[in-house]
Amino acid sequence: MDYSEKVMDHFANPRNCKKMENPDGVGTVGNPTCGDLMTIYIKVDGDVISDISFQTFGCGAAIATSSMITEIAIGKTLDEALKISRNDVAEELDGLPPIKMHCSNLAADGLQAAIENYYETHQS
Amino acid sequence: MYLDNSATTKVSDEVLEEMLPYLKDEFGNPSTLYSIGRESKKALEEARQRVANAINAKKDEIFFTSGGSESDNLAIKGIAFKLQKKGKHIITSDIEHPAVKETLHFLESLDFKVTYLPVYENGIIKIEDLKEAITPETILITIMHGNNEIGTLQPIEEIGKIAHENGIVFHTDAVQTFGKVEIDVEKQNIDLLSVSSHKINGPKGVGAIYIKKGIRLIPLIHGGGQEKGIRSGTENVAGIVGFGKAAELACSQLDEHAQKLSKITNELTEKVLDTIPESYLNGDRIQRLPNVVNFRFTAIEGESLILLLDSKGYQASTGSACSSNTLEASPVLTALGLDPVNVHGSLRISLAPESDEFDVDEFVNILSEAVKRLREMSPLWNQELDYDGVMCKKHDDCRRC
Repeated sequence: MDYSEKVMDHFANPRNCKKMENPDGVGTVGNPTCGDLMTIYIKVDGDVISDISFQTFGCGAAIATSSMITEIAIGKTLDEALKISRNDVAEELDGLPPIKMHCSNLAADGLQAAIENYYETHQS
Repeated sequence: MYLDNSATTKVSDEVLEEMLPYLKDEFGNPSTLYSIGRESKKALEEARQRVANAINAKKDEIFFTSGGSESDNLAIKGIAFKLQKKGKHIITSDIEHPAVKETLHFLESLDFKVTYLPVYENGIIKIEDLKEAITPETILITIMHGNNEIGTLQPIEEIGKIAHENGIVFHTDAVQTFGKVEIDVEKQNIDLLSVSSHKINGPKGVGAIYIKKGIRLIPLIHGGGQEKGIRSGTENVAGIVGFGKAAELACSQLDEHAQKLSKITNELTEKVLDTIPESYLNGDRIQRLPNVVNFRFTAIEGESLILLLDSKGYQASTGSACSSNTLEASPVLTALGLDPVNVHGSLRISLAPESDEFDVDEFVNILSEAVKRLREMSPLWNQELDYDGVMCKKHDDCRRC
């Protein structure tokens, strides 16, 4: 697979890869039968993402995009974070092989799912 | 360390040396009458004899092609078109190489009927299933000798016997077994057999088909009538010379290599299964190629594993969907009845005679670390994650869900 250096760096040295204890929001997306499953954990302070981590079952691109989105999202407000798109993640990684753009580039969906989970569990 | 010899192998020095004159001064066309052409013709016939010797065939039963895929296409389409008035039914297995499977799909589009025999958990067909599948319309049975992903060997001698009892032509794709497992076309009741050069330390782009004397088929490539009209086109003389040498070398040391490689793959299997939790061998433990093993590890994905192993200097392959051009999980592993989630965590190690210096202990340590690391990252490992109902958001261009 023809991955950029940045993808390989985030794959080999993933940032914030751990299960978070007591997160404020958790989102899981993907489908393990397809080969990619991703869980994003967030802590929220006010309306800012103060901590974020991930766990991913998947290919190099799935792991790298998960790692990258934790770097992009940290310190952002929830509204800002919701605007992060798949393309933003791919661009920050200097691109992804075309075949990986859709199936393995789930991190933005995972973050949105975590934020939705935060709203569901913290607002009534 | 290169551990992907089922994909392709390195051309050996001895093979290259024999080829070089035919890429330089001995450039004659074997179909010409003057001396330089005669030299090429002589080399071609010597190579033919070497390939014939390797499978206990006669020299005039060997026809050179561009490789295994062409040989498979020629055998299957050639018989189908020749015998279609007799019947249009073909029997095969569920785990054939794409060169066989896709050729059969093409024939299905021309109203041929194909029966795909299941292979069960160990990757081997059942003879009873074969017997039941035979109809008066059956003209061809095409079942591979050794599988390219899991290395499982099919009982070809028995398959050939049943084919002949029923007056059916038997073809086997022996691309993975040629030069690694003994092949005797007489004893094993084979009518047509496909082999390739680049899997046995020969050059790419050359292979052969064995056509038993008396079997007639329609050629794929028409033209100048080379290879007795079976395969027109000026012969790839240097490639064929290299193939002949590679075949001779592989077969002259077949037992020695098989013993050596079996010892390594058995040791590897034992150590992997002992050391790595939730690791499994895919395919049959006994009925398999000496040089190929295929494992699976739960909760991890194969492409990631391949990338981590590559970063430690080991090149291997996987049947994971994410590593394929089509994003489809290995149909071979799926045919074993494995849970699709587990198909993604597969790893194929395939060795060659020159893999002597392969240090099993060192590799198992590195593999074990890599699996552990990916599992630590995986939400599927040691967690009671209920992923039923978790789906990716629908994207029109996603071809997987």
